[in-house]
Parts: sequence; C-alpha cells; structure tokens
Amino acid sequence: MEPYGIIPKIGKLLRSKEISCTELTKQYLHSAETENKRLNAYVKLTPEAALKTAAEVDRKLAAGEELSPLAGIPMTLKDNISTNGIETTCCSKILRGYTPIYDATVWDILKRQDAVLIGKANMDEFAMGSSCETSCFGGARNPHNTERVAGGSSGGVASAVAGNLAAFGLGSDTGGSIRQPASFCGIVGLKPTYGAVSRYGLIAYASSFDQIGPITRSVEDAALVYDAIAKYDPMDSTSSEKAQPAFSSLGKDIKGMKIGVPKEYFDGVREDVKAALQNALKVYESLGAEIVDFSMPSIQYSLPVYYILACAEASSNLGRYDGIRYGARTEHYADRDEMICKTRSEGFGAEVKRRILLGTYVLSAGYYDAFYKKAQNLRGTLIRAFEDAFAHCDVIAVPTVPMTAFPLNFTAQDAVETYLTDICTVPVNIAGLPGISVPCGFGGDSMPVGLQLIGARFSEPALLNAAFQYEQAARRDVFRAVETGVVL
Amino acid sequence: MNYELICGLETHVELSTKTKIFCSCSTEFGGEPNTHCCPICIGLPGTLPKLNKAVVEYAVMAGLATNCEISPVSKMDRKNYVYPDLPKAYQISQYDMPLCKSGWVGLSNGRRIRLNRIHIEEDAGKLVHDRGNTFVDYNRGGVPLIEIVTEPDLRSIEEVQEYVEKLQMILRYIGVSDCKMQEGSLRCDVNVSVRPVGQEEFGTRAEIKNMNSLAYMAKAIAYEFDRQVDLIQSGEEVVQETRRFDEGSGCTEGMRGKEDADDYRYFREPDLVAILVSDEMRKSIQKQMPEDPQKRLTRFVSDFDLPEADARLLIEHRRIADYFETAAKGAKNPRAVANCILGQMFARLGTEAEKEQFEVAVTPEQLHELILLLDSGKIRMNLVKSTLEKMLDTGKPAKEFLSEQDLAGMSADDLKAVCEKAVAENEAAAADYLAGKEKALKAILGSVMKATRGRANPQEAEKLLADIIRR
Repeated sequence: MEPYGIIPKIGKLLRSKEISCTELTKQYLHSAETENKRLNAYVKLTPEAALKTAAEVDRKLAAGEELSPLAGIPMTLKDNISTNGIETTCCSKILRGYTPIYDATVWDILKRQDAVLIGKANMDEFAMGSSCETSCFGGARNPHNTERVAGGSSGGVASAVAGNLAAFGLGSDTGGSIRQPASFCGIVGLKPTYGAVSRYGLIAYASSFDQIGPITRSVEDAALVYDAIAKYDPMDSTSSEKAQPAFSSLGKDIKGMKIGVPKEYFDGVREDVKAALQNALKVYESLGAEIVDFSMPSIQYSLPVYYILACAEASSNLGRYDGIRYGARTEHYADRDEMICKTRSEGFGAEVKRRILLGTYVLSAGYYDAFYKKAQNLRGTLIRAFEDAFAHCDVIAVPTVPMTAFPLNFTAQDAVETYLTDICTVPVNIAGLPGISVPCGFGGDSMPVGLQLIGARFSEPALLNAAFQYEQAARRDVFRAVETGVVL
Repeated sequence: MNYELICGLETHVELSTKTKIFCSCSTEFGGEPNTHCCPICIGLPGTLPKLNKAVVEYAVMAGLATNCEISPVSKMDRKNYVYPDLPKAYQISQYDMPLCKSGWVGLSNGRRIRLNRIHIEEDAGKLVHDRGNTFVDYNRGGVPLIEIVTEPDLRSIEEVQEYVEKLQMILRYIGVSDCKMQEGSLRCDVNVSVRPVGQEEFGTRAEIKNMNSLAYMAKAIAYEFDRQVDLIQSGEEVVQETRRFDEGSGCTEGMRGKEDADDYRYFREPDLVAILVSDEMRKSIQKQMPEDPQKRLTRFVSDFDLPEADARLLIEHRRIADYFETAAKGAKNPRAVANCILGQMFARLGTEAEKEQFEVAVTPEQLHELILLLDSGKIRMNLVKSTLEKMLDTGKPAKEFLSEQDLAGMSADDLKAVCEKAVAENEAAAADYLAGKEKALKAILGSVMKATRGRANPQEAEKLLADIIRR
C-alpha cells in the first residue's frame, strides 16, 4: 500500500516525537494566516483553541497516553458547522456575530479525539452556490490557480486542504458541495449516505439532502475521518445505525467488480474531462473490474427535482433569521414587521433570496401540486432508478463535474447556467446515496478533473475501497500536490 | 323562519408529559421567562427536533378514549408562518396524516359528536408586553399539544358545553392533560354557522378563535348565532372569516377574511421520520389505560347496585372512582360506601378542584373496614356516620372510636330485657299504642335505641316492643 494518507503520516511524526503538536499547529496557523491572503480559504482562524488542544496532545504524548486516530491533526470545519463559543456565520451577513452555545455532533466527536481546529472555512452563503463566491467574505481561491474558484459550496475547506493549510476538513454536501470543490481542487471529497453522519449542529440548507462529510488529500484519509464521524446520533432522528466502518475494507481485491457507467451522465461533459474519465475506466479494467454501460433516462429530472425540493426546504429553514434572537439586525425600523423585513433584505445575499423565493413559490397554495408534489414523486422515481442500477452493478462511475474549475465571477453571470453544472452531483443527494470524488487527471487547462464513484446506501466500505484501488494504481499520474502551505 | 345552530370545535389541549415534544426541557407552567429552554426549543440554527415518545403515547390514549382509529403510520409536517413567538418560523404539526382519525364523543342526549381527527403539534412561546416594549418568553414553546377536531355536529350551546366538559373529563381521567381552561391548557376555536331548520346544506361559517372559558364560549356562540341570523334575514351574506370574542362587549369582531388567510405552505418535516404505531404498541397503551369512564359508570350501577346519579358523581373524578372501588370491593353494602363519600366526604370538599384532588384523611382501606363492621351487623349506620366523622377529623382508624361495648353486638335476651324495661318505664305510651296510636311505639323505640347506644336493630326492637305491649 502506497502511503498517500497525510493523517497517518502526521500521526507517525507526532508519536515518534519528530515534531511536537504545538510546533506543527503553529506551522499550520502561520501558513493559514499568510496563505489566506491569496486563497481566502478561512473566514476565521482559531489559534487559541488550536494551541490549547495541541498542548493537551503534547501532554498526552509526554505522559505516554494512548492517542485517538485523529489526535493532533490540524483540520478545518465549514462555517455552517456549529462550534460552541466560536462564531459560526454560514458566510452570511445575517449571521454575523452569531456564536453557538452548543457543538455540532461531528465537532463534538472530533474534539473528543483532540483534533486541532485551525479555523472555520469559507463557503457559499448558507451553502447555496457552486463557486464559494456567494460568501459575504468573498470566495475562496483554487490553490492550483488563484484565478480559478475553489468550487462550492465547501470551497474554503477544499482550498485549505489542497493548499496544505489543513490536513483535512469537514464540509457539507446538499447537491455536490463536497464533491464539486474536491474535484476542482484535485483532492478527495466524500458525501456519505444520508443518515450515516449526524446533522445535529449543521446549519440547515435543505434538510432531506444535507450531509456532512470529509474533504481530504487521499482516500485513506477520507476513510479514517469517515469512520470517526459516521456514528448513530440520537439527537438526529434521520441518523442511522447502519453505517459500517470503511478503513478496514481498504485494499480488498476488486477483481470482478461491476462498474456501471450510465451514458446520460456524459451528455454535455467537456471533451477533456470525458477523456480523463475514459482513462480512469481503463485503469479499473486493468484492475480486473468489469465496465457495464447502461442507461438511466430519469437522470434528466434531477436538476428540477433538486432545485424545487431543496429550495422548498430552504425557504422554511431560513425563515428563522429574523434578527430577533441572534445574528445581525437592521439598524433603523419603525415596527416589528419592518425590522424583520429589513433585516432579511439586508442580511441575505442575492442567491439566497432567489432560492427562498423559489422555494416559497413552489410550496404556495395552488402551485404545490404542480411543483413540490410532482418533484417528490420524481424523487421516488430516481431512487428506484438507482436501486435498479445497483441490482446489476456494484458502483457507478461518472464525472463529478462536467468541466474543471470555473474562472472567477463565472457563476455571477447566469444563475441557471451555473445550476446546470450540478447535473452530475445532485442525483446522489436526491437518492440519499454515498458518492466520492477522487482526482483522475487534468483538463486541457491543466486544472484537476474528478472521477465520481456512487454506491448503494451504506456501501461506504466497498465504495471507498473502489476509490482506494484506483488511487493506488493511478495516483502518480492523476494527482498533483500544491507546493504552498505546510509541506510535510 | 327558525334557524338552527351548527357548531364544530377545534380544541387544543396541552399534554401533561414531563418534557417538551422535541427536547428534554420541562413543560411546567410558569417559571421565570426563558428558563425552560434549550437550543432546540428556541430553534437555534443547526438544532434538530427529537420526538418525545410519551407524546405519541398520550395522544394515542386520547384517541383510544375518544373511539378514534389510530393511524399505524403518520408523519409530522411544517406549518410555516412568521411570528416572534415561533422561533423557527414554522410550527411542527401534522397536516394530512394525523395520528388519530374518525372518533366520537357521546353526549347525554344520546347523540354522538364525531371527531374528524386528533393530531400532535408543538405550542408556541408567548409575547409579553411591558411599558411599550415587547418581550418573548419561550417557556411554553415546544410544550406538546393535541388538536381535537370535531365534525360540524354540535347543535346547541348546551351541546357545545357538554362536549367540552365531557372531553375534559375523559382527558383528565386518562391522565393526559389537566385541561385547565383558565391556564390555557385547553382552548377552543369554535366554528359557527346557521341554517334554516330543515335545510340540508350548511351555511357559511365563522371561526371564533382562542376561547378559554365555557361561559365566554356560550356568550360568543349566542352572539354569533344572532349576528348571522340577522345578516341573513336582512338579505346580507355571512362571510367566511376568523373572528375574535371581546369579553368586555360580549361581541365577536372580524379579524381576517378568507382571502387574507395565511398560506401555511405545509410540507413534510424532513428532520423527523414517520411515526409508526404497531398493533402491539397500541394494545399495550390500551392495557395501561384506565377504564373508560362511560363503561365504568355502567359497571358501577350493575356491580355495586348504585343509583345512576350516584355512580355518575363518583366517576366524574378518577381519584374518587378509584377510592370508591377500593373501599367498596367485597363489601355487602356498597351503597353505604357511596353514601359516605357523596355525603360526609363531599361535604368537606367545596370546589371541583378539591374534589379532583380528593385529599381526605381516611384511606379507602379504613373506610372498607368501617363498612365491614356494618356488613357484619356489629354496628349500625348511625354509628358508622358518627365514627366516620371522627375518622375524617383525625385520620385514625375506626377501632379508635368504637368501644368494646359498641362492637359487642346484642343478644336476643339482652334486647328483650332492654325492651321490657322500656315498656315498663313508658306505661302511658304503651297504653296509647294499645288504644290504636301507632306512633306511640316510636317513642318507646327511641328510648331502646338510646339505652343500647344505637346497637339495637330497630326493626327487631319494634316488633319485640309490640309483642311485649300486646301480651
């Protein structure tokens, strides 16, 4: 097994006392501070908390105490994951100044493992966007080329991890927000099965789609983080006990594995991206896997289904931001209604407003049946289409995004054009399936291309192993490390 | 033309579970503002609701007690509207798949008021206005409610009142709510319409919101009936609208019409999974439930030989019914037990609230012992009464107040001796009796009873006295 995982690497450095956790943390904090001017990956650094945890890890090391797998690992959280005592804004003006009084379950888990939080990462406002540019702090840049976006909505996490400003990060994925920026930044992003990871403390965009997952430099790292956070949580009724640990499955032979390739996913995909995908499939064939071409016509409904249902849920989820209890409030108002109205008008950005309006519309009396209900029915159709597909293949291989990272300000020009770029990622969220993006080469613009593997519900062990086998076979040709940040 | 009143009720009842519907905060009434709160019930970003199982169980009990079908599968929905007392800007409720459906509540006139549904939902917080400022108290936010919706089956103010009282009795009886209208744990929205007697079709209804007293409800319905009849008779139309009752003027006034009605944009609550009530779960809830008060009434009449009026008074409060049943079980004279409760004990309980609490110094077991003495003929009813009085004062058992002599009973010879002595001491009365004055015998009997401190059987003594005088 080639050692691509940075988490085990740092673990070894710490345990062998080649570097102290405090020293390592300082390096990351320093890089984050200097590089952030270029990448805008972080919206808030948390040096105090980081150094405190690092000191605790060093104490444990000195005392010869057992360390958790993620102890001392510098990491980041997307700014929609609630952190007790640390401002959490979803990169929206409306939540500026909001400091949670409780921890999200995933952060609670990582805290108990002594993971070191370097800072909170940039994102599209309320996770609505594909470029990170709807952030009220401005977008995160792509470490491979700062004239390109890092992707979205978890652009800050992807930029920090690819730019070596964190060893791993947690993002959230509602329609591709982990996989797409991972693809754009040439790293690994896993969107787990809906229900595998607790959503408690994740500030909701679209509750029936949202899922937290790792953004990492390798599949090995993704499996390690996934195993840590995929735990049943009684605080989240939609969380499940079915998730199985994945790390121990890495390395299993995939000879005879059936890889389904639905042709509809390749419609409108850029030629250089298609070529990278074809190469990846050849690697799988060389590993003894069988490529099964098939058709999934219902995929064409994915985008409308996603935008109707996700916006409907968002319009309800975002109703609570009224300036009464927390966050920003407008300065001048005559009465309560005006206060709420002005607070929301000033606090939300254009993309968030667009989705709230769309969602409110599709749930309104007289339109519900034509939009929301119809989309719900089609959601069922898509779920069944995937079930049928997994009856004859083990995983599905498709592009993560039909192109490489957008130039800056591309998404601001046409909302619908941007929505269309989500075509390959949203079906997974509609069906609640796990999906992973792994680097599979470069486009004509020498920007990274992502291969997306999709599995059946709770098939993360097999899915991560399929990704791992590809990574082991092809990493040298398809991955390019960025030479900035903390290079270990 | 004569008009008929048509009413339908939507009743909100706070369930008396210890914790809120979606978090573990206390449901206790009152408390300093915002002290029964947590991130979940104040709707902080990222929090998720977690359904309290006890709420489902209580609501299923309410459904079973009102003859509802219990849905094996139901779900929660979001009702979206903006108001500062609603911290998430939506209320988690049930829209098209309620937990209970198609029940009924029987009235004393034999009519069944059909229930369309019972669903569960969360209560909102409260706005507090003080010196020109408005504050929000979220203590009540997330307190579990059931909403009980009738069909438009009620035909008079009396029926409406009886229905609400019946509902209160049933829900208190099974212990799911205290149903206190004055504290707001039971509140009604009343739908009122009128139609000419004999007409099939319903008139247009108006909904009077948030009634929290039976007396005001009666006034509001009476006013609304007159208002609607006046409108129709003067050739105008009743409009569908929401109205508020003004307690000062005794009138209802329009709040908003149908066209301004909120669009709640209901949709399934994605943060909660479906609510499944299996056959086993339903049966086990049924088993835990106290007997239906109506059935218990029938049983009290037949098993304990009680007049129906007495049985009705006993079952009205569950504690009293339980008390009676414990004290009367195995007694030969259950009517005497009922008389002790309805007479001497009720005399000490002034209000309905005191009756509901039913805190008396005598345990049902102690009353049972006392009644067994009556059953065995050792003491008579008058002694039961005076002893019970002392027991109620002190809480001590009957034996403390009854002497050896009281409990000794009377042999036939002893009774005969006392009677002979009494006749001898009342010669004049004996002579009067012989002369045909029946009443004279009562005077002699009185002295017998006095001499025996009530231990003598008056029928036996009377017969004996007559024999002695005639002899």
